[in-house]
Amino acid sequence: MSKLLVSTSVNGDPQQFLCDPDTTLLDALREEMGLTGSKEGCGSGDCGACTVMLDGRMVCSCLVLAPEVEGRQVTTIEGVAEGSRLHPIQRKFLEHGALQCGFCTPGFIVAAKALLDRNPDPSESEVRYWLAGNLCRCTGYDKIVRAVLDAAAELRQDRRAVA
Amino acid sequence: MNAPAEKKLFRLVGTRPIRPDGIEKVTGKAIYGPDFVAPNMLQGAILRSPHPHARIRGIDTSKAEVLPGVKAIVTGADFPELDSAMVAGGEAPANIKYMARKCMATDKVVFDGHPVAAVAATSATIAEAAIQLIEVDYEVLPHVIDIEDALRPDAPILHDDLFTQGLPELPTTPSNAAMRVEVRRGDAARALSEAAAVFSGRFTLRPVHQGYIEPHACVASWHADGQAQIWCSTQGHFTVRALTAGILGMEIADIRVVPLEIGGGFGGKTTVYLEPVAVLLSRKAGRPVRLAMKRDDVFRATGPAPGAVIDIRLGAGADGTISGAEVEFKYTGGGFPGAHEVYAGLHCTMSYYNVPDAHIVGWNVLSNIPTVHAYRAPGAPQVNFAVESAMDELARRLGIDPIDIRLRNIARPGDTGGMGMPHGAIGYAETLEAAKAHPHYSAPLGPNQARGVACGSWGNYGGPSTAAVSVAEDGSILVTEGNPDIGGSRASMAIMAAETLGIAYEKVRVVVADTSSIGYSMGTGGSRTTFATGKAVIQAAEAVIAILRERAAKQWNVAAGEVQWGGGEAVHGDRRLSLGQIAAASGTTGGPISAQAAIDPHDYLPGFGVHICDTEVDRETGQVSIVRYTALQDVGRAIHADYVEGQIQGGAVQGIGWALNEAYVYNQAGLLDNPGFLDYRMPVASDMPMIDAVMIEVPNPAHPYGVKGVGETPIVPPLAAVANAVSGAIGIRMCDLPITPDRVYGLLLAAE
Repeated sequence: MSKLLVSTSVNGDPQQFLCDPDTTLLDALREEMGLTGSKEGCGSGDCGACTVMLDGRMVCSCLVLAPEVEGRQVTTIEGVAEGSRLHPIQRKFLEHGALQCGFCTPGFIVAAKALLDRNPDPSESEVRYWLAGNLCRCTGYDKIVRAVLDAAAELRQDRRAVA
Repeated sequence: MNAPAEKKLFRLVGTRPIRPDGIEKVTGKAIYGPDFVAPNMLQGAILRSPHPHARIRGIDTSKAEVLPGVKAIVTGADFPELDSAMVAGGEAPANIKYMARKCMATDKVVFDGHPVAAVAATSATIAEAAIQLIEVDYEVLPHVIDIEDALRPDAPILHDDLFTQGLPELPTTPSNAAMRVEVRRGDAARALSEAAAVFSGRFTLRPVHQGYIEPHACVASWHADGQAQIWCSTQGHFTVRALTAGILGMEIADIRVVPLEIGGGFGGKTTVYLEPVAVLLSRKAGRPVRLAMKRDDVFRATGPAPGAVIDIRLGAGADGTISGAEVEFKYTGGGFPGAHEVYAGLHCTMSYYNVPDAHIVGWNVLSNIPTVHAYRAPGAPQVNFAVESAMDELARRLGIDPIDIRLRNIARPGDTGGMGMPHGAIGYAETLEAAKAHPHYSAPLGPNQARGVACGSWGNYGGPSTAAVSVAEDGSILVTEGNPDIGGSRASMAIMAAETLGIAYEKVRVVVADTSSIGYSMGTGGSRTTFATGKAVIQAAEAVIAILRERAAKQWNVAAGEVQWGGGEAVHGDRRLSLGQIAAASGTTGGPISAQAAIDPHDYLPGFGVHICDTEVDRETGQVSIVRYTALQDVGRAIHADYVEGQIQGGAVQGIGWALNEAYVYNQAGLLDNPGFLDYRMPVASDMPMIDAVMIEVPNPAHPYGVKGVGETPIVPPLAAVANAVSGAIGIRMCDLPITPDRVYGLLLAAE
């Protein structure tokens, strides 16, 4: 079985990689590109630890075949911070102690950013339902939800300051 | 968000600084078990049994061996013959023979998913293809899953050399009952016959999984001189070292285990599954080998917590004073003996109540499921579900408030409690009083809503820990410890070191060192790390202060006894020398400044929690929702308040999942029917309300900052708290977990 050459964009940078036709995007990110921030908790789209953005849409990268990203834009947890400057969601996760083991955290942060990019003022209930596809076994979700709501408030304030 | 309104006793203890490993974990840089890569690494795969119970007549690996890219194949025949011997490891000693057979079957498989062979190849695809080419000749045997079935006289016997331990006389026929344990105090039967009210009931629970999101993974590299290195995700890398050395007959110092970041464990990562297999593969292949589980491997082949059948008779006088208790609990043990949950179950049964007359019996019952393994307060939640349900019934029958009846019976300092052991500075009554005063307890309820209350306790632990504190040349501080950080413990260690030294939190950096870089430390478990390893860090910091005072004395040319330490400075009269100044001069005052503490403290104290749960039952579907939840806990003293609350919240939600959703479901063929997160349904964010975590601080006087340990207690009360609420809502006692919609709906229908 010969490999496929895939040309894509990952976190804004052009990327080329070789993969088998049945390689998942998650495996390509982790094994071919060394981007191990996206995690595999289940491999079946149930835990959300592998959440990435594909052309601005939130997907489980374990459910996307790597060849499907040809010519498209992928954003992973490694692309959320701007250089060494944390995104407010990342900072709020730290300030609220919203992670314990931290394994699910990248998926939660990518998913939470996707929410706040489209809904800057979510209710607690909206946060909980949006994040229902991300499993966390350590925190009981309390501090995660608070961190996301707090990040949303800060981002709204930043936008007002700019406007 | 519930910082105690206590006067400021400490500068840093109890605050909420950013954890030192935080940035790596929110940016995706942290390296967890499945992330580690070694140069020239091979990929491994494990062939697992498709049968719950079978004899292995033969394994033919010849086709796999010739597949291009295959570099090594291992079966049970490659493991050294082992006699039964106990090896220290995990949260209790383990029989090394059973540990080895759990990692790789030899003559028999005893559960669906039991490893029978492993392959290392140049790619994961080739490794997966190779295991499909291995032919195993199985003689399929009858299997047994449930506890009561496993105890029947005609039940299939898992091990024909296993005889029940703990009986008055050594039995002559083998049994699936691996062990019986018992405590008898006073005359429970007489006490129950004289009680004003007696509740009798049978409670059942299914096995549940720890549910950590990170599957087990490791890389092993064996070298021709007989030494090996292992990189893995574990709660105890010293445990991995000891068990791997024991299973493979290696010297302990020949194995170096490097702990990677760990993606959850909850007790489930205090043993080995992959590491000895990976070392053997690496030895055969001469290259590093990665073994990583998929999610279904985790469910099928790693330790669930025991399911249980519990019979209880609990009696009380008219005023609610418990008079006597008879409890017999049977816990699933899984495929091999050695589960220590029955001991903990015995010790946790009403440990926090004064029960003069009690008879408690526990059984460890083997069946064709994976060997059960520690899960957060191992053995406590099951029996506590029965006890706290019975307390709820007694309160209802006697017309006493559920918290009042518990206050009447609760152990106070000096009391011996249910296990006959004297308690020290315990805060049980304080926690119950705080629950009673909490606004939640008196808040009005809506239609179809009801409130449940339950207590729970965990003994906590101390045990061996080593820590070192080193002063860098500029006066910044490095703490080196041997306990994997599973939920913010680096932050706690940094707080305790900085508090002791009198310096800023940010001046302290904490490293979790590998097994060859720090002395022995028991694993991260038993709610022991902040207590025991924290004590080691504090003692090492105090030893460093003694050196700093000597060095300052030398610089000032005065006696060391005249130099005080305060505010991060040496003080002599009006003179001050900062840590940085002393460090900078260390080259001329005696060299590097560091100290190590290797300790084994046992003056720990138990934790105690009271949970208040409001549920709403949809009578048309049987669906139960948690509408409000408050968890109060005697935490001793919180070092990092966020991570203490986080433990309480996380433990409570795991317990809620156990109560409402989670269960191992085996089909008629004895195969696990729900080995994935879709069908093994853990709580998700939209299932839960905020969990109000209330810290009650009754400090442990044996710890410089009052630590008791917090991690395990919070999973003990929720099972009964939820069940009591649902029972109150529909007027039917919930005796069987999980309380799924179909079960509730069926009970409502039957009651009509």
